[in-house]
Amino acid sequence: MTVPVPALRLEGIVKTFPGVRALDDVSFSVMPGEVHALMGENGAGKSTLMKVLGGIHQPEEGQIIVAEVPTVMTSPLQAKSKGIVFIHQELSLAEELSVAENIYLGELPKRSFGRVDWGSLYAQTDAILSKLRVGFDARTRVGDLSIANQQMVEIARALTVDAKAVIFDEPTASLTDAEKVVLFDVISDLKAQGVGIIYISHRMEEIFKMTDRISVLRDGQYRGTLVTADTDEDEVTQLMIGRSLDLTRAASTHDLGDVALEVRNLSCGHLFQNVSFAVRRGEVLGFYGLVGAGRTEIAETLFGLRDPSGGSIHLDGKEIRITSPVDAIRMGLSLVPEDRKGQGLVLGMNCRDNMTLPQIGDLTAGPFVAEGAEIAIFDQYRDKLDIRTPGWKQTVGNLSGGNQQKIVIGKWLSMHPSVLIVDEPTRGIDVGSKSEIHNLIRELAAQGYAVIVISSEMPEVLHVSDRIVAMYSGRVMRTFTSDEVTEDNLIQAISGIASEQVA
Amino acid sequence: MKAGKLSTFLKSGAIWGFVVLELIFFSVAGEFMSLSNKAFMDLDNMLLLLKQSAPIGIIAMGMTIIMINGNIDLSVGAIFALSAVVLLDSMTWTMFAGLGDWVIPVSWLLALLTGVVLGAINGLIVWKTGVDAFIVTLGSMLGFRGLVFMYNGENPTSYLNWTLVDFAEAQFLGLHTATWFLAVVTLVIWYVMTRTVHGRNAHAIGDNREAAVNAGIRVGPHILINFIIIGFLAALSAVVFYSESGSVNPNDGQLYELWVITAVVLGGTKLAGGSGSILSTLGGVLAIQLLRKGLGHIGADTETVNLVIGLILIAVLFLDRQLNLKGKEELKT
Repeated sequence: MTVPVPALRLEGIVKTFPGVRALDDVSFSVMPGEVHALMGENGAGKSTLMKVLGGIHQPEEGQIIVAEVPTVMTSPLQAKSKGIVFIHQELSLAEELSVAENIYLGELPKRSFGRVDWGSLYAQTDAILSKLRVGFDARTRVGDLSIANQQMVEIARALTVDAKAVIFDEPTASLTDAEKVVLFDVISDLKAQGVGIIYISHRMEEIFKMTDRISVLRDGQYRGTLVTADTDEDEVTQLMIGRSLDLTRAASTHDLGDVALEVRNLSCGHLFQNVSFAVRRGEVLGFYGLVGAGRTEIAETLFGLRDPSGGSIHLDGKEIRITSPVDAIRMGLSLVPEDRKGQGLVLGMNCRDNMTLPQIGDLTAGPFVAEGAEIAIFDQYRDKLDIRTPGWKQTVGNLSGGNQQKIVIGKWLSMHPSVLIVDEPTRGIDVGSKSEIHNLIRELAAQGYAVIVISSEMPEVLHVSDRIVAMYSGRVMRTFTSDEVTEDNLIQAISGIASEQVA
Repeated sequence: MKAGKLSTFLKSGAIWGFVVLELIFFSVAGEFMSLSNKAFMDLDNMLLLLKQSAPIGIIAMGMTIIMINGNIDLSVGAIFALSAVVLLDSMTWTMFAGLGDWVIPVSWLLALLTGVVLGAINGLIVWKTGVDAFIVTLGSMLGFRGLVFMYNGENPTSYLNWTLVDFAEAQFLGLHTATWFLAVVTLVIWYVMTRTVHGRNAHAIGDNREAAVNAGIRVGPHILINFIIIGFLAALSAVVFYSESGSVNPNDGQLYELWVITAVVLGGTKLAGGSGSILSTLGGVLAIQLLRKGLGHIGADTETVNLVIGLILIAVLFLDRQLNLKGKEELKT
């Protein structure tokens, strides 16, 4: 028997971004007919690696080898032509077109004079669909399909080429249990056809059910490959998080005040259900969970951007109703949103105008804005938060991520809120500024603010929080005090493992 | 001059550079090609040009804030016409017969009120339904124009009040009444956009609506106010123009919306909202008027004028896009 050739092999991939070594000598290979899990925390380098593989980023060093042929990837389309196909978490389909048109988008079979050969288009598509054993046909409008079936269309699209390797990126994020079963069947079929599969997921249960081997990335470095049958969750977790944390746990040394915000059994449709927690003045309450676990949605509900479907919110012991951000701000809640540029800042405006945006209605002299008062506020919080900018006239879009985030935080602090909610405080911020933001959050708690921090980065949430709420698919799995929490029990709680005994 | 001022100046000053270029070109070309022996840069000619800029210019100020806010208003031409009809017709109403010349302020008020109401209708629909302003005002453009025709059929509505004509044709410090109106409107709107809470919030909403909502800004009322302002200004433009001419055709004001938008866009206001300048809009208005007048001066006919303005508009936007693309790439690296 000949030694099988890897369907896809990565050798010594290095990719750096300014200030970050995103991928540091990453090598691993996928055999034909193998399901290979790629694991790692958020920020470990998985998505960068996939972007290198898809030709979106060019690696500085290293080689991509497809079926023993070294290949330079220049674009996702070119990667596809080499047999490397991506099934992304976010679907990219034209909803108004039929399944067949979507699958052959850009490559529709033609007859003379550029007419579409509908007959062979539908025939080819139905042939592929029958392999997938799906319950819809080539003529169905994609917009009429469920999310799971739309994902099937993406997969069918992958099958139109002679795929050597198919990469699934968090494929089950938006699927129901029944739909997952169908997806797993399809993956098994692909596997039986000798396609190499890279399976990216945080969900241990799926990993252990579906995969043959598990490769782990941590801080951009390849940490090893385990054979799934010979390992267990603990070993994988160890490999994923076993770094020497330079972020030490920072439990509060100051006394906590009264409960500022309490949430009882708050629900919002299917996004999250029966969420209860309380945060005291002087406390940092962390929220940790996978993307889609409902953390951001809770923040948005508290800030009046979503209407709760049940439960109650209490501020300083009194029940309140929040129907809009205007209400929330008036009552002393403020939100530093997840998407700083899209939701937090008016990028074309200057620093001062951004900082005073929520309160210029109160900063007036006659009909005009009192610019002197605005500049005073800006100066005060520039000094307090150490915002580095040439001056208030600087357009916010030109600042670094860390300084932008400080502007958003300063914007709310200048309103003297009682509760500050920070969603992904350091997303897209370089390492140096990260610890500054972390210290700032600790300091704000010490000054008596009640702070809620939502984060997808475990070291961050461990570092800044006094207590941590672990969420999994819209539910609070467990609330940890800083004495109880370990990387292990936290990652298990947010993966939906061991929920029963601790719930 | 502080750092950053120069580039800002170049960007906001570009339209004024274009205006100066036009002046030079038409002065020189006029020497050789003009049918009249009067110089193009003749003082009277320039004063007249300012006066003729007023009807479009006054509306353009309103359009600038609408567009900075991220909306658009296609119904200004129809509001202009309907307000004019109200202005001229109300002067003949029997209930005002005893007022003498006091009918003038009453009719003015009625005309301006018409603009405010029509603008408020647009604003309320955009706010409450969430339908795109383009669609809403496309509909109201047709609807309001329909009202104009319902009023008097195909016939013009005419009434000349000589006191009013005297007022409209007066010159104060050399400038015509219409020019003064344009100047005052420009100044007021400039103050509104740069110095008031409303102006600041309108900018923020146009630039990043989501961030504005997250900052607790109530988006709807600001949109409504802007539509009321532009409705008022469209009516004011009609008041200024028809006080002098005394006769309105049901088709008057057609394509005004396009001229106005052209002027605003030439002035550098982004169609997508968030950025724009009142003073540059004034530059855009003058640039267009100069082109119309200048090309006429050297003997071109209306069709040629339209062709040239169309080409220039596309060229300017293409240049702007290239410059902005370059800026963005610089930001990326």
